[in-house]
Amino acid sequence: MTEANVLPRAAGAEAAASASAVIELGCVTKTYGTGQAAVQALRGIDLSIDGGEFVAVMGPSGSGKSTCMNIIGCLDTPTSGSYLFEGVEVGNLSHRQRALLRRHFLGFVFQGYNLLNRTSALENVELPLIYRGVPQRERRASALRALAIVGLEAWAEHTPGELSGGQQQRVAIARAIVTEPTVILADEPTGNLDTARSREIMDLLVTLNRERGITIVMVTHEPDMAAYARRVVRFVDGLVESDRTNGERV
Amino acid sequence: MFGETLLLALREIRRNVLRSSLTILGVVIGVAAVITMVTIGGGATVQVANQIKSLGSNLLTVRPGQQPRGPGGARQAAKLFEVKDVEAIEREISGIAALTPISSKGMLAINADLNWSTVVTGTDNAYFKVRDWPLANGRVFTDSELRSGMMACILGATVRQKLFGAQDPLDATIRLGALSCQVIGVLAPKGQSTFGMDQDDLVVIPLRAFQRRLAGNQYVDTIYVSVRDGVATKKIQADIELLMRERRRLAPREEADFYVMDMQQIVSTVGGATQTLTALLGAVAAVSLLVGGIGIMNIMLVSVTERTREIGIRLAVGAMENEVLLQFLVEAVTLSLFGGMVGILAGVGAAAGGAALLNVPFVFNSWIVVVAFLFSGAVGVIFGYFPARKAAQLDPIEALRHE
Repeated sequence: MTEANVLPRAAGAEAAASASAVIELGCVTKTYGTGQAAVQALRGIDLSIDGGEFVAVMGPSGSGKSTCMNIIGCLDTPTSGSYLFEGVEVGNLSHRQRALLRRHFLGFVFQGYNLLNRTSALENVELPLIYRGVPQRERRASALRALAIVGLEAWAEHTPGELSGGQQQRVAIARAIVTEPTVILADEPTGNLDTARSREIMDLLVTLNRERGITIVMVTHEPDMAAYARRVVRFVDGLVESDRTNGERV
Repeated sequence: MFGETLLLALREIRRNVLRSSLTILGVVIGVAAVITMVTIGGGATVQVANQIKSLGSNLLTVRPGQQPRGPGGARQAAKLFEVKDVEAIEREISGIAALTPISSKGMLAINADLNWSTVVTGTDNAYFKVRDWPLANGRVFTDSELRSGMMACILGATVRQKLFGAQDPLDATIRLGALSCQVIGVLAPKGQSTFGMDQDDLVVIPLRAFQRRLAGNQYVDTIYVSVRDGVATKKIQADIELLMRERRRLAPREEADFYVMDMQQIVSTVGGATQTLTALLGAVAAVSLLVGGIGIMNIMLVSVTERTREIGIRLAVGAMENEVLLQFLVEAVTLSLFGGMVGILAGVGAAAGGAALLNVPFVFNSWIVVVAFLFSGAVGVIFGYFPARKAAQLDPIEALRHE
């Protein structure tokens, strides 16, 4: 694929094996608005995430964790500081190049699932592949494989409205992994689900992380969910308050 | 990628069938209006051309008085023509196929208890040749009828219908005013003239009978001259003018008290007016196409707002701005082209119906169909671009948060 050459080569498995930093934030700040009305959402974040890590990002509302996720997800750019993705400075990239980065290396899972309504589960999963220019037949096969991984191959033709919340989130995860991304960014993936469904989703994410070496960065409010991650980063007031490996005591 | 986008657009259009139909209605009406107007207008122009033939080919009309210019205006009294003027033209001027003297008068024609107000025309047998007008049945005048001034009459199709209905009029006797008159023939129907007059509303009798019994004079109202094929009408026109000036003893600079009119000139003037009118109507119809385009823009803007989240999702999974732009643009263009196609069908149908209704020939014009189709596509591009650009420039973060 020629457009992938715009960016440095990176394959999920290799990155995981080498354990080098996939995401590297250096003194990242983000300010919304100007002058008196300016709000500083991030006030200098330093964070390095290696390939194959499973990181939970916690913190109260307004602590800047969502802003940080948007920057990591290349949906937004830092006001100052540097963000290296696989060694590439994202702040210098154009809209177009950031879209390519998302297309080839990132998968998103949202709290509200964000599936296309009135569109079958299969077509939802196929969506990222359309933009990659994958031919129809191949696309279908890949999407069915991804649905099988999340245990929903029998539901391929159902629309989101016909699926439960947990099933919808699994479709969203299938959509995120269908492109075999380097990193999955999950923003409160269990926020709308009950405990049993939440556990299913977390088990799925843990499996993807362990067996496929996909780096996962997950924002969550719930300590129970954060406990699934190997590393927990806590944001307060736009700064990293704590960064520890699970099992350690504060 | 483009194929995918087209499929996506088609699916999106099908998803909202009612809304899509209403959206394209403006374009449908616009395109249909343009095609109907231009097609019927074109038919009218062709009809005018046909009427040149129906008036008689290469026809010159010689009348006393001054040529009427525009409506109204006083006519100066002028010396009228006589049969000897007709004979002089026939004798002196070469290049004439046929010529005929005509005198007319409005009269009441009566058959038993039916009557009909019509025009009685006194002329000779050359009239049917000059006017290129065959008889439906019966016969033309005999030489003795023409010479003696017998009251023999040939009915126009309208008069025949009004006085006899389904009956056979041949050999029946009708009354023209106080005089009785034997029906010897019926003319074939000719229809309306360029000026909307019913040409079939007349009774033809021998000129001499008209002069002696109806008019009580020796005058001739009008002389019709049919120019031979391949001879310039202009030349004959000039020759007749010169001859008549001599016969009427007009000084070289004196204004003529008669005129020679070329029917073809008048008809082509009317034809030109018809074409101008067609262009004007087409332009008015094109405005409705523009309004249809605005309708598409409106719905596309609504659609972008409604689908903000969808756009956010697409951007998040790696769609580029120009891909989102293309998606919405293709949707708008597909809508408008579809509207264009429906409009073409509706327009051609309406034009066929309208042509039949207005008694105008239906002339299918493939050129206007192509133009209308391309124009509707252009409407889609122009009015779809703004909403599409709005969609493409959405901030993915905001779009994803949109409820």
